[in-house]
Amino acid sequence: MKPLHAAVIVFPGSNCDRDVATALEASMGHAPAMVWHRDTELPAVDLVVVPGGFSYGDYLRCGAMAAHSPIMREVKARAAKGMPVLGICNGFQILTESGLLPGVLMRNAELKFICEDVHLRIETSDSPFTRKYNAGTVVRFPIAHAEGNYFADATTLDRLEGDGRVAFRYATPEGEISPEANPNGSARNIAGIYDETRRVLGLMPHPERLAEAVLGGTDGKAMFDGLVEALS
Amino acid sequence: MSGTNSPITPDVIKSHGLTAEEYQRVLEIMGREPNLTELGIFSVMWSEHCSYKSSKKWLKTLPTTAPWVICGPGENAGVIDIGDGQAAIFKMESHNHPSFIEPYQGAATGVGGILRDVFTMGARPIANMNALRFGDPSHPKTRHLVAGVVAGIGGYGNCVGVPTVGGETNFHASYNGNILVNAMTVGVAQADRIFYSAAAGVGNPVVYVGSKTGRDGIHGATMASAEFSEDSEEKRPTVQVGDPFTEKLLIEACLELMATDCIVAIQDMGAAGLTSSSFEMASKGGLGIEMDLDAVPMREEGMTPYEIMLSESQERMLMVLKPGREGQARAVFDKWELDFAVIGRLTDTGRMVLKRHGAVVADLPIDPLAKASPEYDRPWLPGAKRPVLEPKQVPAEDPIAALKKLLTCPDLASKRWIWQQYDHMVMGDTVQRPGGDAAVVRIHNSRKGLAITTDCTPRYCLADPHEGGRQAVAEAYRNLSAVGARPLAVTDNLNFGNPEKPEIMGQIVEAIQGMGEACRSLDFPVVSGNVSLYNETNGIAILPTPTIGAVGLIEDVEKIASLPFKAAGDAIILVGETKGWLGASLYLREICDREDGAPPPVALHRERREGEFVRTMICAGDVTAVHDVSDGGILVAVAEMAMAAGIGATIEATSGLPQHAWCFGEDQGRYVMTAAASQIPVILEAARRADVTARVIGTTGGSDLTLKGVGTISVGELRELNEGWLPDFMSAPDTNT
Repeated sequence: MKPLHAAVIVFPGSNCDRDVATALEASMGHAPAMVWHRDTELPAVDLVVVPGGFSYGDYLRCGAMAAHSPIMREVKARAAKGMPVLGICNGFQILTESGLLPGVLMRNAELKFICEDVHLRIETSDSPFTRKYNAGTVVRFPIAHAEGNYFADATTLDRLEGDGRVAFRYATPEGEISPEANPNGSARNIAGIYDETRRVLGLMPHPERLAEAVLGGTDGKAMFDGLVEALS
Repeated sequence: MSGTNSPITPDVIKSHGLTAEEYQRVLEIMGREPNLTELGIFSVMWSEHCSYKSSKKWLKTLPTTAPWVICGPGENAGVIDIGDGQAAIFKMESHNHPSFIEPYQGAATGVGGILRDVFTMGARPIANMNALRFGDPSHPKTRHLVAGVVAGIGGYGNCVGVPTVGGETNFHASYNGNILVNAMTVGVAQADRIFYSAAAGVGNPVVYVGSKTGRDGIHGATMASAEFSEDSEEKRPTVQVGDPFTEKLLIEACLELMATDCIVAIQDMGAAGLTSSSFEMASKGGLGIEMDLDAVPMREEGMTPYEIMLSESQERMLMVLKPGREGQARAVFDKWELDFAVIGRLTDTGRMVLKRHGAVVADLPIDPLAKASPEYDRPWLPGAKRPVLEPKQVPAEDPIAALKKLLTCPDLASKRWIWQQYDHMVMGDTVQRPGGDAAVVRIHNSRKGLAITTDCTPRYCLADPHEGGRQAVAEAYRNLSAVGARPLAVTDNLNFGNPEKPEIMGQIVEAIQGMGEACRSLDFPVVSGNVSLYNETNGIAILPTPTIGAVGLIEDVEKIASLPFKAAGDAIILVGETKGWLGASLYLREICDREDGAPPPVALHRERREGEFVRTMICAGDVTAVHDVSDGGILVAVAEMAMAAGIGATIEATSGLPQHAWCFGEDQGRYVMTAAASQIPVILEAARRADVTARVIGTTGGSDLTLKGVGTISVGELRELNEGWLPDFMSAPDTNT
């Protein structure tokens, strides 16, 4: 088994780049490559992570400028060839703005930034990101965003659901999908979605923030462990 | 000299906040009449905010040294040794006046300013805290101010990517016209890579980096050095506008440059902007500076020297580089797309010479401005001592009904609505999130952690500033001990009214004396701080509020204590002495509508023994939960531990005191801890040996909180009440329209 190589994209306003690199390193056994936003090429890697933060300040629509950065052109090209891409929080926003994923992340329904642990139901374990989770089980990840309210038109939502491309939904601790469990107003409680190949995942919650017991939980670790298993 | 032809009339002098005597001094120092730019520079340098002229005499009495103090007050922030070649750098600073005038930007730039104070010394910021005081919730402005301040703190801190891990929020009518926004940043640096602000090396380049200079914030420091009146909102243009994205770039660029050996000295441009940063750097180095203001990156055209020197535009730093390193340094700032400009050179003249369009527009001696700024020994009156209230002088209400009321009062109600708007987990090292006695952040790539708290009980400080000053320090010490940290050092943020009034000056003097006593007794030196005076509107002063921010060290973050009960069947142990002190208590204010009586005294010698005992128990793994006893007394402390866990408890007053005095008295130096029943003998024996009072007062379990022989209430109901007040208040329909 060859070791997994991963790259983390660093925009000037990324601020979860180190956090996700720490979680990746814990699972991979070595550090990922940190790739600067102005670079035009990616090193030879098996996985790219677009981390959370504020890319270029996000004073415009979140991720709108980052979607047009030099490195994202390369990320899109590699994704088209099947390379897995994980976008977390601002990374998810950037993936939707880049057209790698459908829909858009709007202001939270309550118009406030929210930082708290939420419960997510794993909708499918059939992806390199979720293979170590069982479909239907509930995990606890933190969210920290002001624009995580997922929106797409009904046709797109139906297609996502029909194709099994909804990755995670906001749920109660018991796994019930209810309005009370929805922290930001997302359509159909959607917290994360895949592209057609299930090799591109975008999600608002932060698996890297609960990947170590001393930080309050380890539910996020299985995502990184699973990627190592799937892609090594 | 050119461009500075405005005549210096008495009105101009007065509008610059200088007294007639101070202006006489200006004339002596200059040997001639100053021009407007020079007068403006004197005005900001000698403002209360920059010169500490009313408080300096008393601040000097505070203890500032300990073997672990690397740098005490006088630099941008305090520096302490935390072992393994690392240092913690921290400070707290107020942004009170601007936050009242424009809450979002005022609070946001408060966070930005304190972050710069810390990273300018070479530290990566790892945690933010904030201590907020608002007016009465029923005041028509309060809700708007809470919403704006919280959004501003979050908007800035969340984007910069430094977790906001805790703080405190109080409400009192005395803050109706002057809210307090005290922001604290803690950073970590290599102990042998601390950067200071003293300029050195004649001929070395003086470099400006960061945002461009605009016309915002001119005279902010002067505005913050005067009382408010009805027209204060007209001062909105003096509030700066923050850009957290640029701050993030500035942090990364500065830390990247600091990893090289290009920098001689560095200083952020905070209050009084380019003026105070350049004067302080030159003064500390005993040098002069010649600056070409044409080279300053500017946002707007046609800025005058006066405007350039007094602008408080945010996210700017001033550096002195080693000769010939400009290119290497510029490359770093180019990478982060920030302005970089050589704007001057160090000279040996001891003078600040400013040029604009080729002409000298100001020429001032540096030391008389920076070092020989006025220092006042203002007259002060000691506060009248209040009588001690006996329990029988305070009405006894049903304890369960009183508990419900206390847990929904604005000061004790859950502040979740606030801290959920702050990213408190970014950087991936937050071990203890908001809501505990102290926040705990791990030091990256280690098992060590820092515990951080902010504390002050203003109603005690009003009742007796001396005792209140002692209590603020002792409570910080207690909160750090309650998580298992060794308390190391303190930063203070002294918020008071108008020091020209002897009774207010008396509060300042006595509070500082009380703080000094506690800091000396607890080996808890003051390493940095900030003073905010003139917090008055139409002659009404705030409660004296000497906020204490404190940092403690944790050797192993796996061995900390937290306040939620952990299991049913644990013994509940009360540490410390209970006498039922109800004077100046929250019970008295919230239940009896009275704010009288002397505040509870702090026994410093005992405080220290108790803190050490609690830390020993935590390190040994003998206890399962710990919480200090503060506002609202024992019953509130136990209820908070129960609510946090969703586990009930049964406790019993065992002292022979009246129930209300035992339940709600605010005797100092107390903790509630829980432990497995089998540990009781070990803990009580350890307490006896440590000469600390400890007794079992109950057991955890069930879903109700029961006060034996008195009453019972469900923990779920308490939690609902406690969590409900703030969201309900913030979403209530506006009555102000």
